[in-house]
Amino acid sequence: MFQKSRLHGEFFMQGDIACAEGALAAGCRFFGGYPITPASEIAERMAMRLPLLRGVFIQYEDEIASMAGILGASWAGMKSMTATSGPGISLMNENIGLGMMMEAPCVVVNVQRGSPSTGLPTTWGQSDMMQARWGSHGDYGSISLVPNSPQEFFDLTITAFNFSEKYRLPVFLMADALVGHMTEKVVIPKVEELEIINRKYTNKTPKDYLAYDYDESLIPDFAKAGDGYRYHTTGLTHDRRGYPDMTVECQEELVPRLVNKIKNNINDISLTEEYDIEGADVIVISYGITSRTILPAITMAKKKGIKVGYLRLKTVWPFPDEKIRKLSEKVAGFVVPEMNLGQISLEVERCAHNNSLVKLVPHPGGGIHKFEDVLHAIEEVVHGK
Amino acid sequence: MANNTAQIIQEKSHPMEDLLRMDRMPHIWCSGCGLGSAVTTFVEGLKKAGVSYDKTAIVSGIGCTGRVAGYLRLDSYHTTHGRAIPFATGLKLANRDLTVFVFSGDGDLFAIGGNHLIHAARRNVDINVICVNNFIYGMTGGQNAPTTPLGAYSSTAPYGNYEMPFNLVGLAAASGASYVARWTTAHARRLTNSIATAANKKGFCFIEIVSPCATVFARKNMGGTGLDLLKEFQTRAIIDHDADPTQIPLSMDNEIVCGEFVNEDRPTFWENVQGGIKNRLEKFSNWEEMQSNSRKITHKKDRKYTSSIDV
Repeated sequence: MFQKSRLHGEFFMQGDIACAEGALAAGCRFFGGYPITPASEIAERMAMRLPLLRGVFIQYEDEIASMAGILGASWAGMKSMTATSGPGISLMNENIGLGMMMEAPCVVVNVQRGSPSTGLPTTWGQSDMMQARWGSHGDYGSISLVPNSPQEFFDLTITAFNFSEKYRLPVFLMADALVGHMTEKVVIPKVEELEIINRKYTNKTPKDYLAYDYDESLIPDFAKAGDGYRYHTTGLTHDRRGYPDMTVECQEELVPRLVNKIKNNINDISLTEEYDIEGADVIVISYGITSRTILPAITMAKKKGIKVGYLRLKTVWPFPDEKIRKLSEKVAGFVVPEMNLGQISLEVERCAHNNSLVKLVPHPGGGIHKFEDVLHAIEEVVHGK
Repeated sequence: MANNTAQIIQEKSHPMEDLLRMDRMPHIWCSGCGLGSAVTTFVEGLKKAGVSYDKTAIVSGIGCTGRVAGYLRLDSYHTTHGRAIPFATGLKLANRDLTVFVFSGDGDLFAIGGNHLIHAARRNVDINVICVNNFIYGMTGGQNAPTTPLGAYSSTAPYGNYEMPFNLVGLAAASGASYVARWTTAHARRLTNSIATAANKKGFCFIEIVSPCATVFARKNMGGTGLDLLKEFQTRAIIDHDADPTQIPLSMDNEIVCGEFVNEDRPTFWENVQGGIKNRLEKFSNWEEMQSNSRKITHKKDRKYTSSIDV
C-alpha cells in the first residue's frame, strides 16, 4: 500500500511542491506551519505526504508557535521545517534567535512577497534579504539560500537541511512567489543518489557529556531528548554545560563562536554560479528569480560588444566578501538588479570599497525588471558613470 | 554504623539530588517564594508517578517560574517568553515516548502565551502544563499580570488594577483540557498527587498552583512574609472537586476554591491524527488516488440548467 510514498523521476511540478518534496527527500519528518500566501502549498503538500512517511504535520495557531514547534521537534531528533512569507517571518524572528542561540537545526522557508507589511500577498519581491540576515536581535551567523527555479527549490531545500544539520542552526530558504508558484520540470533523483548530511550525535556517555562543548569545528555534538543525557538548553547566555552564565567572559566565548562557526566555513557554504567572469569589464550580480528575468539584458549587452560577466548567488548569506573584493580589483564595476530598493547592492558596495562602481537596478516587487534598465546600467558602468 | 551514616550523607547530600541540578544551587528565588514548594511537589509527584526520568522533558518560558527548567536534572528547555507550550508540542509530537511538562508562570502562559494555551487545550495535545500563579510579574519587578486581582496594586497599577483578571482553571477547562486542577502551595500532598496523576494521564493536563510572592505582590498589597501568606491561603482555601471551574475566579479576599475540577478521557491530538489516516488508507490504494478523489466533483446527470432569459 502507498508504494509511491517516495517519489523519483521527472515531474511537471510547482515550486512550492518541489520544496516540500525536497524536504521529504532530505529526511524532514516534522512540519509546523500557518497558512499564508504564497507559501501555503508547501504546508498542504506536507499535510498530504508526511503522515504516509510516519511524519508529523501540525497547523499551529500562528507563526510564532510554528517556529517554536519546529525547534521542539528538532530537539527530539526530527528534521523539521516551517514555511511562510514576510509577515510570518516577522513573527518568527524571536524564536529564530532562540534557534540560533540553542543551536537547533531546522529550515525556515520564506516565499517572499512584495513588502512591507501585508504588501503584495500574491506577487513577488526580494525585499526580505536583509531581514534574513539581521531579523532577530543580536549577533549570530546565518545561512540563506536563494533558488531561481522549481528544480533548484527542490535541490536547495536538501542543501538547506544539510547545512542546518552540519552547522546546527535554522537555515533560511529565500524563495519568492514567482519561483514558488511557477510550474516547471523537476527531476527528483532516487533517495540513495542524494547527498544527505545528518547532525553529529555525541558518542560520550551522559556523565561526560556537556551540551555545548566544542572542538575546533566550533560545533557542539548533539544529544536528543529522551536519550538519558538530561542536558539543559536556554536562550540565556550559557556556558559549555548549557547553564546560564551572565558574565562577560561567557558572552565573549559564546557569541563570537555563533558567528565564527559560519564565517570559518564560508568556502563550504557559499554557492555561486558564474559565466564569463574572466576578462569581464562589468559583472552583473543577481540572485533568485531576478537572475532569470534580466538575462535578455546580458545578451543584448554582449551583442553591443560589452564584456559582461554574470555572477549568481545561490548562497546570499554568508555574503562572499572575499570573492567580490577580488573581482572588484579587476572590473570597471558591478550591476546589481534586485527586487527591492537596495539591499544586497549595499553588500556589494561594501566589498567593492571604491575599487569599482556599483550600480543598483531597483524594483519594488510585483513585476519584473525592464531589461532596458539593466542594459542602461551596464552601459553606464562601462562608460564609467 | 555511624561511619556508614556519614558515608550515606556524604554520597547523597540532598534527598532530591537525583532530580535537581545541585551544581546550580543556590537558586535565584527570593526567600518566602512559593516556587521552592512547587518544585518539591513536582519532584515528589514525578517519583510517585513512576515515570522514567530519562524520558521526561521539562519546558519553561521566561520569568521567575521560567527558571524552574534550569534547576531540574531532566532534558530541560528554557525557551522564549510565552512559547513554552508550542515548543513542548513539537517535542512531544516528534517523540511520543516522552512525558512532557511545561512549567511556567501566569504572565508567561496567560498573557504573552495565552493563545498557545487555549489552542493546545483545544487540540488536546498530550502535554502537562503547570502554571505557578503569583498574581504578578516577579522577575521584572512587580508589574501588572493578567491574573492581578481587581483593585490590587502593582508597579504598573499604582492606582489599583482596573482590569478583570483571568480565571485560569475556567479558561483551561472551557478550552477543552482533559484534566484541570487548582491547589495552593499549602496543599503539598494533594498537589503532589495531582502532578502524579497528570504525568500518567493522556491528553492536555492543566494544574494551577496558587503561590505566594512576598517580595513584590504582598509588599504592595497585604504585606507579610511567605509564611504569613501560606497561613492566609490555609484560611481562605476550600476544597470542592465538584465546583464549576468557570465559576471560581480568584480575588484579593474571597475563598480560594481548590480541587480536581476536570478529569476526563478525550481522544488526544495524535490519536485523532492516527484515526484519520487509518480511515483514508482503508479507502484508497495510493495517495495519488486519494488526492484525485478528494478533488472529484460529481454532477447530477439529469440536472436541468435553465437561464433566466428562457423563463
